[in-house]
Amino acid sequence: MNDAMKTLWSSAHAQPADAEDAGDVAVFPSTRQRVAAGARFCGLFEGFRGAGSPGEGSPGEGFRGAAGAALLAVVSSEGTLFVEEARLDAGRRPRYESLTPATPAAGWYERRLRDLFGIEPLGHPRLDPLSFPVPAGSAAPRGIGGDPMVPMTPDPSPLPAHVHGEGVFTLPYGPVRSGVFEAVEYLVETSGEDISHLRTRIFYKHRGIEARFCGLGVADGVLLAERVEGVASVAHAVAFSQAIEQIGDVAVPLEAQLVRVVHAELERVANHLDTMVRHTEAAGQAVAYAVLSHHKERVQRLRARLSGSRFGRGVVVPGGVIRPLRLRPSEVLATLTSLEREIDEDVRRLMDTPSFVDRLRGTGVLAHSDARRFAVVGPVGRASGQSEDVRTSRPYGAYQRLGQRIFEPHEEGDALARQRVRIAEIAGAFHLVRQAVDLLDELGEPQRWRAGVPAVTGRSIGWAEAPQGELLYVVEAAEGRLVQVSQRSASFHNLAAYPAAFPKDIFTDVAFIEASFGLSIAGAAG
Amino acid sequence: MPWIPRGLRHGIVTSGYPKRPDGYGPGFFGHVEVAPARGDGPEALARGDGPEALAAAVDECPTGAITFDGDVVRLDRGRCILCGRCVALAPSTFRADPGFETAGHGRRALVVPAAEDDDAALAETRARLARRVRGLRRSVHVRHVDAGSDGAEEWEVAALTNPVYDVQRLGVFFTASPKHADVLLVTGIGTAGMESPLRQTYDLMPEPKVVVAAGVDAASGGMVHAGYAARGGVAGFIPVDVYVPGSPPSPFGILHGILEAVGILGSRRHIGAEGPKDEAGAR
Repeated sequence: MNDAMKTLWSSAHAQPADAEDAGDVAVFPSTRQRVAAGARFCGLFEGFRGAGSPGEGSPGEGFRGAAGAALLAVVSSEGTLFVEEARLDAGRRPRYESLTPATPAAGWYERRLRDLFGIEPLGHPRLDPLSFPVPAGSAAPRGIGGDPMVPMTPDPSPLPAHVHGEGVFTLPYGPVRSGVFEAVEYLVETSGEDISHLRTRIFYKHRGIEARFCGLGVADGVLLAERVEGVASVAHAVAFSQAIEQIGDVAVPLEAQLVRVVHAELERVANHLDTMVRHTEAAGQAVAYAVLSHHKERVQRLRARLSGSRFGRGVVVPGGVIRPLRLRPSEVLATLTSLEREIDEDVRRLMDTPSFVDRLRGTGVLAHSDARRFAVVGPVGRASGQSEDVRTSRPYGAYQRLGQRIFEPHEEGDALARQRVRIAEIAGAFHLVRQAVDLLDELGEPQRWRAGVPAVTGRSIGWAEAPQGELLYVVEAAEGRLVQVSQRSASFHNLAAYPAAFPKDIFTDVAFIEASFGLSIAGAAG
Repeated sequence: MPWIPRGLRHGIVTSGYPKRPDGYGPGFFGHVEVAPARGDGPEALARGDGPEALAAAVDECPTGAITFDGDVVRLDRGRCILCGRCVALAPSTFRADPGFETAGHGRRALVVPAAEDDDAALAETRARLARRVRGLRRSVHVRHVDAGSDGAEEWEVAALTNPVYDVQRLGVFFTASPKHADVLLVTGIGTAGMESPLRQTYDLMPEPKVVVAAGVDAASGGMVHAGYAARGGVAGFIPVDVYVPGSPPSPFGILHGILEAVGILGSRRHIGAEGPKDEAGAR
């Protein structure tokens, strides 16, 4: 079952740019070439300390052991992930030639790497602090000279504004905002009502969660992965586990893969309903809010009945799943049928309510060109002409054998298009759950729900299509312990494109645009 | 007005909790219970799990929630993320139980079974809080602050306004301004970046005020614990009155924590011990 994932590695690891041919500054030639040729930029990550390095990794050791310090640039093209590795000069302050001028999608990655690891991108157009504004005079917490276990306090000084002119001012909004929201601050640059520019500050809730992975065993690692982005716990557990399974060449039983699909797709339904609940709340549609939030609660309760957790936690582990579904197939199918019918009827009615639809139409337009420049993923991308869904472009687990509905991407790029994409995906998710449950029923009680996982040594990238979009886990392990783990939530990747959706909008649209992006700050802040 | 009949179609879905017990509690794994000891031998061993099984449960616990000193087993629900490993390893000692009424007054109240000298101290803490919040019993306003959660807690807090939990029926309202708030509901591990915003919010709240820390992240940092950006819970930033275990805590668990904090449940659940009977079930 892992064949499709393995072939991707054949073309990985391009030639590293070393000290001789690049004057000790890495440049990522193949990544630039591929991006210029239309490949989708997926991320730039702190690299590995060298596969097979013995696990001297004390918690958060990271780059401080600098011998294997490297950067990994990842792009995706036609169903293949291309990974280009560049070794960094261990002796000095690590630096490389910035990728942001070639693709703006790299901008946030480079700011994050500078904050956390002190790696300098030469020629970055705007290096404001992002993930963790290190106070003046301190070393980056995970870089050379830093210590990830020593408490630090980020420097919250205001950032310089983008827009200048008479009457233009910056309105800070957050991190404590009205309503029940995750902590994030928006700096709204405005001359009164129109939003000229909007910046997002995510460091308030940066938890240093990736440093925490270092040194954990893989069994504890998956519990932590579930808590990186709590609303997408299942997707994180799946992506993390698949990375481990690839390293250890573990064949996951089909039954376990199907159970993963059930939990992951119900997670998608819950997340997509959540964005609609927030839309109806922002629009003041009291009855629709009550009806849809009731549906969301029913989905959460179904997930709890199936998994023991309202967020599907504690089920997916490297090698398979801990336990089967806790309900009989006939019970699951009966619940699904009524749930799906009622959600469908109520959502249809909502889309026939002009006072609601008018708030979404034309709001928060993310143009195709911006979606492409920022390589936007997930439902947000699919509402702006970007069709990729890794369940079909790089299918993993049971998605390789279940029938999937392919949807044409929407073109409009507004909040309404994003809502329509999610409505279609809810139907698609139910369709997948039903197939998975039917197949589980046919297969009967299996021999085992999880395969044994050896004490893995090596590195790999695992992925999943989370409700927010493509999720990546870049993992290196040595003798069953995690040496370095970087997670790339779609929330982080897409949030970089967030300001591009604002220029034509006013204050009262913010709630709709935020809800329609459907991103998790926890996943973005790391 | 097509929405009005639509809204009526489901009938009443709202829970009767806390006036009546809610059937949802048994629906899922809510907390780990440490079984009472049996027999005369050393307390822990008499339950049927050998010392190896208990040692394994201690070692395998991902958050170090279990202690075993050769004699007494204790579980800290303020650390327990409900992974269920201890239940698998030492099934006669640890039990996965449904039920959400696990909020505790003060951090020590989350450690089970309670030591004998803890009981008096807990009663004292509870009584002190009850005196402080006496004026809040009719209706309270809640200000939520995220101090570094994984995002799931916000879903569960927000769920309190859906028609199933509908906390407004209990006189509990969410408010935007800290100056109108009686209860500060905090989620998250206590990140360095949120220290100052959280303190400012707390300072702006008028007296009497009460703080509820929802989830093991807020109690202890949970799986993330501490590091350069994490402080292992929010108690280092502001004084916490009531802790709600869970990773994340369920909406009923959070509701129970809020009601405990403002003394709405106090009279109902401890009839005879603390209050006159006619207050029972007032809500």
